[in-house]
Amino acid sequence: MADPKTPIIEVIGLSKEYGGRPAIRDLSFTVEAGEIVGLLGPNGAGKSTTMRILAGYLAATDGIARVAGFDVLDDSYEVRRRVGYMPETVPLPDEMRVREYLKFRARLKGLSRTATRERTDTVITRFGLQEVHGKMIGHLSKGFRQRVGLADALVHEPALLILDEPTIGLDPHQIVAVREIIKTLARDHTVVISSHILPEIEVTCSRLMIFHRGRIVAADTRDNLQQRVGSQSRVTIDLAAPEEDLRAVWEEMAEVQHFHVSPVQQGYRRSVLAVRDGQRFREQVATLARNRGWALRELAESRPTLEDIFVQLTNPDEDAEDRL
Amino acid sequence: MQAYLTLVRRELAGHFLSLRGYVIMAGVQFLLGASLCITLEALNQKPFDMPITEKMPNTGFFWLILLLVAPVITMRTFAHERAIGTFETLLTTPISDWAVVLAKFTGALAFFLLTWLPALAYPFILTRYVSGMGAVDLGPLASLIIGITMLGSFMMAVGCFASALTKSQIIAAMTSFAICTGVFLLGFISVIRPPWIGSRSELFSHLSMLEHMGDFASGVVDTRHVVFYASLTALFLFFTQKTISLRRWR
Repeated sequence: MADPKTPIIEVIGLSKEYGGRPAIRDLSFTVEAGEIVGLLGPNGAGKSTTMRILAGYLAATDGIARVAGFDVLDDSYEVRRRVGYMPETVPLPDEMRVREYLKFRARLKGLSRTATRERTDTVITRFGLQEVHGKMIGHLSKGFRQRVGLADALVHEPALLILDEPTIGLDPHQIVAVREIIKTLARDHTVVISSHILPEIEVTCSRLMIFHRGRIVAADTRDNLQQRVGSQSRVTIDLAAPEEDLRAVWEEMAEVQHFHVSPVQQGYRRSVLAVRDGQRFREQVATLARNRGWALRELAESRPTLEDIFVQLTNPDEDAEDRL
Repeated sequence: MQAYLTLVRRELAGHFLSLRGYVIMAGVQFLLGASLCITLEALNQKPFDMPITEKMPNTGFFWLILLLVAPVITMRTFAHERAIGTFETLLTTPISDWAVVLAKFTGALAFFLLTWLPALAYPFILTRYVSGMGAVDLGPLASLIIGITMLGSFMMAVGCFASALTKSQIIAAMTSFAICTGVFLLGFISVIRPPWIGSRSELFSHLSMLEHMGDFASGVVDTRHVVFYASLTALFLFFTQKTISLRRWR
């Protein structure tokens, strides 16, 4: 292995065009060894293209990409030896048997006969493929196919795993199973996964990169991303008070950015407010209710979810304007 | 080298894992048998004026095998992998594009030659059961095998190239059939001798696969023919490799 301080992925000014149409534009990022990084973005945002370049399948139009210090073009074989890549569709030959396929892949990736046997057994056990190892791949369920794909990506013990949409098309049980697998992988591998589904990334990744229209619009840990969007929070309050009084009170308070008041049953009115400092604001509301003698039924604050961040950063309305 | 051999084995095994491989073998056996029958019919009640190894390549069925079977064997090589997507996982292993191309070519050629294997017994069967046949002359037999291998290599290379161009196996088969048959038919121009041909007749006779095969069948291994097919094979494999490499930059 290269110098441990070398980042496992280093991307500088990477661009890729398909016949003049840009798929990714001027990307730059680094991934340190041991991280689980999630690439998040709507379909066609450039996640798969980025992954394919890192896996050595496509060549970039411009820019530099290095894996463990090796250039993906100049030292392509060194890079491919260190990368385990699973494409989105998990392509597998239907007419081969599971064990046979994994052995074939291990040999292709340059493992010796002994190592091939050992590693094949290891990944078969690790991914729970014992019961299907003699079956034809074409007869496997989607969940098992996914596991075979993961086993293949891992069979040569790569330092970096690149998994493109690893849970797409799976049922909820299988999704949980694959997530668990990815989490255990993270202990001794660097993992880059992509998804257009938020919870996927939210539960597995330590760091996020949000892709939009070929660019990274945000890259940070989940908490930092939330903070960036979300010093603002949403407070829902049910008070038994006249509407005019409520409006007057909210307008007076400096923390409230905008609000909406609507009647609910039994004299209560629900106010939904966008507030800058939620914590202190709730205390103020409690005091206010006590002083004015208003009955308080509900007081809830919700922090912005990743979903909110995502929608905010990849606003589809903006797209429409861009295109015009 | 290890990856190359692994891939050759996989390519060859692929022909035996699907029904397709057996259909091809059965088809070739049928055509070979038909070719033998016609040869025997022609020689019936007549003295053998030439060895059986020389007679066989003059039948239509013999050429049907060469021209028809080659595209069917090779159409799968690249097109199928691209269609189902395994091409992507193949090219992200540490294996060079050249190794992939050569492995697919070797696998296809090996299977092609295997389908011919039963024909090897024909001269020996005839010697055993037909009265008045001399012993099998191994020289012309060997040169005929070389000839079939040379033509086979050329057609496999064309087939690999056609398969690398598309995701559709049908289009791949039709493209390679068109190229091979085109080259085959060019040779007939020297026979038909259209009025415009003049001194160019000789050029076309050099391209004639029939004449090449005639030489190989009569025991002449002409280096001109060997160089002709070897260089065409190399050229089409080069095209194939370029087609594969270009994909990265598309």
